Amino acid sequence: MTDLTKFTIAEARDGLRKGDITSRELTEAHIAAIEAADVLNAYIVKTPEKALAMADAADARVKAGDAPAMAGIPIGIKDLFATEGVRTTACSHILDGFEPAYESTVTQNLWDAGAVMLGKLNMDEFAMGSSNENSYYGPVKNPWRAEGSNEHFVPGGSSGGSVASVAAYTAMGATASDTGGSIRQPASFTGTVGVKPTYGRCSRYGMVAFASSLDQAGPVTRTVRDAAIMLEAMTGYDPKDSTSINREVPNFEAALTGDIRGKTIGIPKEYRLDETPEDILKLWDQGIGWLKDAGANVVDVSLPHTKYALPTYYIVAPAEASSNLARYDGVRYGLRDVPQGGNLTDMYETTRGHGFGDEVKRRVLMGTYVLSAGYYDAYYLKAQRVRQLIAKDFRDAFESVDALLTPTAPSAAFAFGSKSNDPIAMYLNDVFTVPASLAGLPGASVPAGLSADGLPLGLQVLTPAFDEMTLFTICGVLEEAAAFTAKPDAWWTA
Amino acid sequence: MELPPNISGYRIAGATGDFEVVIGMEVHAQVTSKSKLFSGAATEFGAEPNAQVSLVDAAMPGMLPTINRECVRQAVRTGLALGAEINRFSVFDRKNYFYADLPQGYQISQFKHPVVGEGTIVIDLGEGKHKDVGVERIHLEQDAGKSMHDQHPDLTFVDLNRSGVALMEIVSKPHLNSPDEAGAYLTKLRTILRYIGSCDGNMEQGSMRADVNVSVRREGEPLGTRCEIKNVNSIRFVRQAIEVEARRQIDVIEAGGSVDQETRLFDPVKGETRSMRSKEEAHDYRYFPDPDLLPLEFDDGFIDAARDSLPELPDDKRARLVSTLGLSDYNASVLVAEKESADYFEALLAALADRGADTSKLAQKAANWVIGDLFGALNKAGKSITETPVGVDAGAQLLMLIDEGTISGRIAKDVFEIMFETGDSPAKIVEEKGLKQVSDTGEIEAIIDQVIAENPGQLAQYRDGKTKLQGFFVGQVMKATGGKANPAMVNQLLKPKLDG
Repeated sequence: MTDLTKFTIAEARDGLRKGDITSRELTEAHIAAIEAADVLNAYIVKTPEKALAMADAADARVKAGDAPAMAGIPIGIKDLFATEGVRTTACSHILDGFEPAYESTVTQNLWDAGAVMLGKLNMDEFAMGSSNENSYYGPVKNPWRAEGSNEHFVPGGSSGGSVASVAAYTAMGATASDTGGSIRQPASFTGTVGVKPTYGRCSRYGMVAFASSLDQAGPVTRTVRDAAIMLEAMTGYDPKDSTSINREVPNFEAALTGDIRGKTIGIPKEYRLDETPEDILKLWDQGIGWLKDAGANVVDVSLPHTKYALPTYYIVAPAEASSNLARYDGVRYGLRDVPQGGNLTDMYETTRGHGFGDEVKRRVLMGTYVLSAGYYDAYYLKAQRVRQLIAKDFRDAFESVDALLTPTAPSAAFAFGSKSNDPIAMYLNDVFTVPASLAGLPGASVPAGLSADGLPLGLQVLTPAFDEMTLFTICGVLEEAAAFTAKPDAWWTA
Repeated sequence: MELPPNISGYRIAGATGDFEVVIGMEVHAQVTSKSKLFSGAATEFGAEPNAQVSLVDAAMPGMLPTINRECVRQAVRTGLALGAEINRFSVFDRKNYFYADLPQGYQISQFKHPVVGEGTIVIDLGEGKHKDVGVERIHLEQDAGKSMHDQHPDLTFVDLNRSGVALMEIVSKPHLNSPDEAGAYLTKLRTILRYIGSCDGNMEQGSMRADVNVSVRREGEPLGTRCEIKNVNSIRFVRQAIEVEARRQIDVIEAGGSVDQETRLFDPVKGETRSMRSKEEAHDYRYFPDPDLLPLEFDDGFIDAARDSLPELPDDKRARLVSTLGLSDYNASVLVAEKESADYFEALLAALADRGADTSKLAQKAANWVIGDLFGALNKAGKSITETPVGVDAGAQLLMLIDEGTISGRIAKDVFEIMFETGDSPAKIVEEKGLKQVSDTGEIEAIIDQVIAENPGQLAQYRDGKTKLQGFFVGQVMKATGGKANPAMVNQLLKPKLDG
């Protein structure tokens, strides 16, 4: 019998519409796969009953001739998205037992399009991290291992559960979120496709906030086409989010024409770092070749403020986070820890002291510092100005090119613990993804090859704001040219 | 800083000389709107605790604020009513601090770019004296919830009904120099807000609260260090707080000390102000633009529509009542002080006009009646003008009865008393009680004759030259007719008879 979990979303959609398969069959196959993959720790909440009920509803809908794009497709939801009646903690101890009475707009859009929820996916606490080692529920294991090794690697972060579930065939797609690279970097680490749309495309309503001016939802899938289908279902104007953009959502799938003749692709020279491993530089050159072969012009461009992106990001994001996370105070929901005889201040200190992990505390402290009287101008205000310059770099570049091609991350997946004691080394993982986040631009990571150790590597495509169509066109071409067929050996089922 | 002259000349005498008081006010006025500044929850006063709280107000994870257009419109209308600069571009900032009744851990406010800039409030200081008080800015911000410490022996309860309610913070320049001026400022501001309907001005329900900045200085010296007295919730307390705080500062200075810039609380029971928090606990609010909200921008059309929606403002109305109706400045000021009073008066004039009266002739009499008789009775009964048992129509009828000579002014007072008590129409009362003025010559003559006959001694004295006794005879005639005789007619008929 066919393994239904190996279907792409597009294949399953067509099979469902033709009546070849049912959502119940698809969903049951995934529920079984999830049970077999517990060792990955991708799912922190499983909702099989809900999934089956949703699958049956989708089957009925399809039967009645109403088969929207995601009808009957089982997916996983990053724990950052509020799901009504289903525990939502952003993988933080401080939100212990929190079950929202509301649904995030992104997930509601997906349910409206017929998608089926398998459960909630692990992540770095409050989306702060690049390795998924910062989850209160423990790290996620990357389904991929280096060639000939039994050592476990991180899946990247913060959307570690999302990418691992998709790479391990325990979800056909997963929601994820990207603040500085949290969709693209883990996608690169796991051989999956990750798309961060333009800031404002996806509503942030009901998405636990990390850094409001940067947070943006997007899909993780196994193919570019699947990402286009899923993103289209996720996006749309939402009056409940003031930063949501009132713009028509294009048919992203229609962008997959395979035709990039006459397009101009920029190669930003500042992304060619001395310390970048040889295999990544080689893959990048290969990518350039594929695009040229497909008829694109490739030119060098300069994004002169790139080197300031990471420090800028690590001022802006923690500043916003320090304020966004102030609401976790033990008063209304989640964890409350009060020492015997303690007062309000004691309650704050104990609750937040016990409730937040180290990385979250580090960022709250940094953010508080950069907003403090006497430091605001030197840090926060200056960072905002540099952010404008970085955005201008991109605008200038896009005067002459249609898209940019870069590596997604400066390394392949790394071993557990190898960077967790060195925050700076960890932060450097986002060096290629952060600039576009600061500029609010759409970006995607497409699996393009393997590292010298046999771990997946992605290439990143960036386009001007709201030009996801070009993004998908180019990603489609890269995907086809790369013909990335490698798969992790399913060691976790053993 | 250039300050306007201290025209009221208020000084406090210290042991070493006189001190001048410099006062600035920050008034928090709750915006009249059905829903909160950033959520759809209701704002009505008096609901059960936590009955009017949305997910946004409770700061649930992932909830986002969205601006309420009506609150912005009301702030703009308020700015226009104060002749202030309206900023087409303004920014909402987060003011970060922890408190149990502040669910987000920050208050959304406006810091660097408020929606309204500089304006002016003309305050009335009595005897026709006015003073221009500068307004620095008006910004929009969220209110916090309420901590309730008296519900449980060990626990504090939190009511979030107010959390997220829209406030306008109206910041004055330090242009006030006495408790009276501060009171006049609050009174005038309240009047304007109520006229335009952007705030109900209800201080008891907390719709209007004042933070009062007070400093003292010897004449000609630079400004002293100010203290901010937080959250004073009545005009009377504002005046008291300024007095005791100014006195405290003078005592500190005269004892050789210096005033610390700090936040203080006024205790009306003890009649003192107390320091609220020490310097070590001073907040660093870490203001920064709220990334959940885009800058607030609107066009001239929005401002024009807000301007078109403004009613006649109290200063304009007062000027009109004086210039076109000939009211005294005092009467006009009293009438416009409350929008409802002015509305009553203008409706009364309209009702008189409907009855064919010449309102330009009757306006001053109508004003006297409203201010004297009606306000007097309302005050005595503890009622407001909106609760008056004597409506506009009844009032107009009464004034017409006087004007037509059907009843005398004296009788009118009795009739009004009955109207106020029973709500009956004046015509009915006059009819039933037989209070119609007697203007029948024969009837009056007969009474005069009787009175003269009964008082031969007084008549003799009158005829001996004590002509002042005419008043005595008039009084006796009025008494005999129960006040109903037409006084002009009595005088006219009495004189020839007394003179013999």
